[in-house]
Amino acid sequence: MNLSPDLFDLAYLAATILFIFGLKGLSHPKTALRGNQFSMAGMMLAIVVTLLHPSVKNYGIVFGGLAAGAVIGIPLALKIQMTAMPQLVAALHSFVGLAAVLVAGGTYLTHVQQGHLDAVLLVELIIGSAIGAVTFTGSLVAFGKLQAILGSAPLVFRGQHLLNAALIAAIVGLSALFVREHSVLLFATVTGVALLLGFLLVLPIGGSDMPVVVSMLNSYSGWAASATGFTLGNQLLIATGALVGSSGAILSYIMCKAMNRSLLNVILGGFGTTAESAAADGIAKACRSASTEDAAFMFENASSLIVVPGYGMAVAQAQHAVKELYEQLHSRGVEVKFAIHPVAGRMPGHMNVLLAESEIPYDVVLELDDVNAEFARADAVLVIGANDVVNPAARTNKSSPLYGMPILDAYKSKMVYVIKRSMNPGYSGVENELFYLDNCSLIFGDAKKVCEGLVNCLKSA
Amino acid sequence: MSSTMIAIYVFTLACFVGYHVIWGVTPALHTPLMAVTNAISAILVVGAILVAGSAEASHSIWIQVLGFCAVLLASINIFGGFVVTNRILAMFKKKS
Repeated sequence: MNLSPDLFDLAYLAATILFIFGLKGLSHPKTALRGNQFSMAGMMLAIVVTLLHPSVKNYGIVFGGLAAGAVIGIPLALKIQMTAMPQLVAALHSFVGLAAVLVAGGTYLTHVQQGHLDAVLLVELIIGSAIGAVTFTGSLVAFGKLQAILGSAPLVFRGQHLLNAALIAAIVGLSALFVREHSVLLFATVTGVALLLGFLLVLPIGGSDMPVVVSMLNSYSGWAASATGFTLGNQLLIATGALVGSSGAILSYIMCKAMNRSLLNVILGGFGTTAESAAADGIAKACRSASTEDAAFMFENASSLIVVPGYGMAVAQAQHAVKELYEQLHSRGVEVKFAIHPVAGRMPGHMNVLLAESEIPYDVVLELDDVNAEFARADAVLVIGANDVVNPAARTNKSSPLYGMPILDAYKSKMVYVIKRSMNPGYSGVENELFYLDNCSLIFGDAKKVCEGLVNCLKSA
Repeated sequence: MSSTMIAIYVFTLACFVGYHVIWGVTPALHTPLMAVTNAISAILVVGAILVAGSAEASHSIWIQVLGFCAVLLASINIFGGFVVTNRILAMFKKKS
């Protein structure tokens, strides 16, 4: 079809604006669904307009790819369990990364055929491919850790940072060479080194730092799209990639701040492996344990209860049992609220999604800053599978590795019940001082079974 | 202004827009934010279509393979990402 080039760019601009409105919709749950429709409309517009582009001549491959993507993507998205969202997101990031590599490679080959290659294009191509490659393998490792194919423990070895620095230097050097005397071999070599770098960058990062990693890879996938936009001279890709890139960057920043650590500290990895065991002091400390009956009795007679969910709730798939507990207590006039720490779970907002899935209304689910003052007034707190985010050592113990991390002030409440599988310390390897406080009792067991037990006690009472 | 400079302008300004829009996103919706940005970053599909559908692709099986795989991967992301975002957002509702 013969449309003026400006018309294409105008349509692309409209698509960009639709994406911006789509993201803006996420400022409130009420407007979020409509926002998503804006984004979908933007994507549809972008695809349709591109199909009309005069340089698109072969429709067979294009439609084949689009259709196959729908056939794979839609059932995947419909079937995935909410607890497996972090894995899905990591897997999808890896696809964007790989797609960026393939587009860069394909663009290079088409330009070789046409015979016009200039230095600027070559620089843009190689940057696009390298970012895409790092995103691809980095996300694969993140996926492996989240899916428990790989161990979630940080993998650290001597000379790791030196090796990574050497790989980065190699990428820069070989890229410069590629720009001077381009060849498919050099393109493939740079991409290969970047693939290796992606693996090595994420391997040393432990399971509970995954919220940062997933956000970071989210950011990379955006930068990869932007870089591709530079190679194609396509403003839509540049702008949209930048939106996604800054989104991931901001999320990474929020997650790091919630752990009181710098991004560099997370990326360099190995957190928790050096933390000495605090219990080695020799003083055997005693903690008290409670039965579900005791806890149910206390909750029933409380006027306010704050629930602090953590990764343990996700692992045990306890969100539906938690909902039942909420209903039981709510119907007895107990005011139940949920307190969410920004890094609870394995990705930003993980807990909110699980609670929403079990149909707990979002207005009783509060963020750290909004809920923290309420702990002192709460009659009881129930901690479900969370650990480091409620450790008072972060406030009081200057020698603790957690010191300075913003925590949920669960310890200030009159009574704290903690559902725990065992006495093992949390991910950071730091002993939780909360467990030894006079107002704290531990209920040992699987989060789901304990919550179901609490519900049964309430029902029979 | 060269086309590269225009691209840098667009990129920089879009980063600022992104910065302001994303800080407005409520923390409760950070997971759907990641899911939807994931879908949106598959805007790469535009590049993939331009490669797969190019006249040059007819002469090179390599370009066809690269193009097809790129369209496929981006398309999985688009459909998967938007559908899963929709599913998540539909769960966020007030108690009826």
